[in-house]
Amino acid sequence: MLEKMIFGRYIPGSSFVHRLDPRSKLLFVLLFVVAVFFANNAVTYGILLAFTLFIIVVSRIRLYFLINGLKPIIFLIAFTFLMHLFFTREGVLLVDWKIIKIYEEGIRQGFFISIRFFVLVLVTSILTLTTSPISITDGMEDLLHPFKRFKLPVHELALMMSISLRFIPTLMDETGKILKAQLARGSDISTGSMKERIRAVVPLLVPLFVSAFKRAEDLAVAMEVRGYRGGEGRTRYRQLVWGQRDTIAIVMLVVLMVTLYLLRG
Amino acid sequence: MDISLQQVGYLYGKDSPFEKRALQGVTATIASGSYTAIIGHTGSGKSTLLMHLNGLLKPSEGSVQIGDTRITANTKAKALKDVRRKVGIVFQFPEHQLFEETVEKDIMFGPLNFGVPEQEARKRAHELIALLGLPEEVAQKSPFDLSGGQMRRVAIAGVLAFKPSVLVLDEPTAGLDPRGRQEIMELFHRLHHQENLTTILVTHSMEDAARYADHLIVMSGGTAVMTGSPKEIFSREEELATYRLGLPRSVQFQRDFERLIGRTLPDMALTEEQLAQAIVRAAAEEGDA
Amino acid sequence: MKEILSLDRVTYAYPTEEGKGRTAVDDVSFTVNDGEWIAIVGHNGSGKSTMAKLMIGLLFPDEGDVRLFLEKLTDENLWDIRSQMGIVFQNPDNQFVGSTVQDDVAFALENNGVPVEEMVTRVHQALAQVKMAEFLDHEPHHLSGGQKQRVAIAGALALQPRLLLMDEATSMLDPQGRAEVIRIVHDLKKDTGLTVISITHDLEEALLADRIFVMNKGKLLRTGTPEEVFAHGDELETIGLDLPFAMKMSNLLRENGLGLKGEHMTEEELVNELWTSHFNK
Repeated sequence: MLEKMIFGRYIPGSSFVHRLDPRSKLLFVLLFVVAVFFANNAVTYGILLAFTLFIIVVSRIRLYFLINGLKPIIFLIAFTFLMHLFFTREGVLLVDWKIIKIYEEGIRQGFFISIRFFVLVLVTSILTLTTSPISITDGMEDLLHPFKRFKLPVHELALMMSISLRFIPTLMDETGKILKAQLARGSDISTGSMKERIRAVVPLLVPLFVSAFKRAEDLAVAMEVRGYRGGEGRTRYRQLVWGQRDTIAIVMLVVLMVTLYLLRG
Repeated sequence: MDISLQQVGYLYGKDSPFEKRALQGVTATIASGSYTAIIGHTGSGKSTLLMHLNGLLKPSEGSVQIGDTRITANTKAKALKDVRRKVGIVFQFPEHQLFEETVEKDIMFGPLNFGVPEQEARKRAHELIALLGLPEEVAQKSPFDLSGGQMRRVAIAGVLAFKPSVLVLDEPTAGLDPRGRQEIMELFHRLHHQENLTTILVTHSMEDAARYADHLIVMSGGTAVMTGSPKEIFSREEELATYRLGLPRSVQFQRDFERLIGRTLPDMALTEEQLAQAIVRAAAEEGDA
Repeated sequence: MKEILSLDRVTYAYPTEEGKGRTAVDDVSFTVNDGEWIAIVGHNGSGKSTMAKLMIGLLFPDEGDVRLFLEKLTDENLWDIRSQMGIVFQNPDNQFVGSTVQDDVAFALENNGVPVEEMVTRVHQALAQVKMAEFLDHEPHHLSGGQKQRVAIAGALALQPRLLLMDEATSMLDPQGRAEVIRIVHDLKKDTGLTVISITHDLEEALLADRIFVMNKGKLLRTGTPEEVFAHGDELETIGLDLPFAMKMSNLLRENGLGLKGEHMTEEELVNELWTSHFNK
């Protein structure tokens, strides 16, 4: 199940979207979120959907993987749709069967909210699918740089994030190993009462914490002996380059925002 | 308990962009009471294969027969617990699975899960502490206060405690110093005979495979490429080299020695001790001639 | 010969709740010279890891001095001295700081404020030296243990250190990974004359060193060339160390009543000796 989940994972590639500067991509997503809230009628939602489809095409991520990997979230979208469908009490009554009452406004709202949800998830997924976690961190560090003046520890936050990202696969691996070792000793997490299941998590969590602390200690030592003393006086290996394509991407989004604003009802 | 693998295949992350084949068409038998070594390069599929031996992974294709239980892709989880009681696995760096407050409790974890009465489980824990050469007072200590070598022993005791009839060992001596390595390997050797175990050793060490095993399975590219007795396998030097595996040092030495003196010794020596004796005999014959 | 590192009557005991615990390093003195390859051997708990911590200033001795590059190691010059040495630890995963190979190699350079253009050159050079040049953008969890250790060595080399310290850097690797790492270090030493101190319990690895220091119960038991140290083979076995294969074989042959002349470090020497003394008649 988890292996199939692609939300939050990165697929290397060399498409237009892959090669964008992480800063422009982050900015793009931020503006896109704002743009989504401009849409309020069929035309604007239609444009949003078309625009999202266009991004998918340009990113060269296979639609099959995208849909397959987003299944759990699609379930959530369907749920939102049904909630709106059944609980909106506005407009013309279309269906009145026993306790079920469906209004025209319910269908409209259901569709719009689902599309909103759907395009947001798709666009953010495309950001993470086409940008390595470390680039996202670099981009964030750079975009947040002005906030350093307000004593926000930007460098430390970015380092923390990049190390966490670096160790996620290692700890996932470790979790798998410990889980298997305890299963082999007859532990059972998938059956039994709630209380038993919670108890069965202890043999998993204790070793995981022990190992995570050991790793953190080792890592701290390794960083110290390699001369790490905080952000002061440090140079940066990764240099971000804002190119023409980044400007194009942002301009496209501004155009989208203006269009949506003008066409909204 | 016989174990047999029929055309076993396994895919990680099936049907996702990250799908990866780990095993393909593995067919092999492990006879009851044998000491089998599974050897192969890192990434040859050894570790994935090992997890099929007690139902931690179910084969994507083919079937695994463990005693009376047949495991296929569709086997229900319930049937697997019984298999796990019979097949114990000592994973690589098993000390990473310790979690209880005391050594005694940690060793009792397995037996209690498999329904052994508490009294009995405690008795076994104490027997095993002695058997593994740990001082008696460790029973009430936290496992995290022990030395690395002692933690390893406690973790091994935790698997032996539910008396599996098949013992699977995944690189049980990794990271130990030479003396610790030898002590642990000798312990398993002794247990194998005393308890009539079926032992399966996954190892990188050709020397250990030659010294302790009576049956070898060579893995490469996710499949079993060679099976046979150590003497059969290690006489196929060139074939082994294609799987990026070498000979045990004593066998290699015997080869070099035979090449130089221009005659072959009557039999392949699998340990240094055997080889020394064979060379001394040959030297004596040479003197007589 | 120029001195790189020396310990002068160094003693250290770990502090415990009741004051000082067992003495982990006990009155140890030695000198390592420029261009040497030193192997420090001993079983687990012999004090060799504590000694490594003392050499890199993670611990300071209770008594005696640690001197690096002719300067006494103190709190004040610690960072400066560390920038002249590369250190590779045991666990390949826990010292990989960067999210890709090149980021990790650059880490120490970034810390030391090396300008970007120079960093790029040095990162590429260092990776070429450990034969990992084509792995620039690989993430650590897609590398083998041996490859990760080679990246760690590259990270150390990028600093252009005068001393490379390896603290059981091969003990968690499979035989192939171990061989890779040893070969890389061996070549480096030959090509660049780098001073190497390797803490290990692999006696085959120690055999390649110029000198071996044997540690037991916190004390420096013996120092000398591999020939000198292995001449006391029985002593090594009693303190829980293994002998190189050829020595083990020749001991076994002697036990079985075969007369052999001298000591044999390599299999080749032993085979030749067998041939000349017993089979070439």
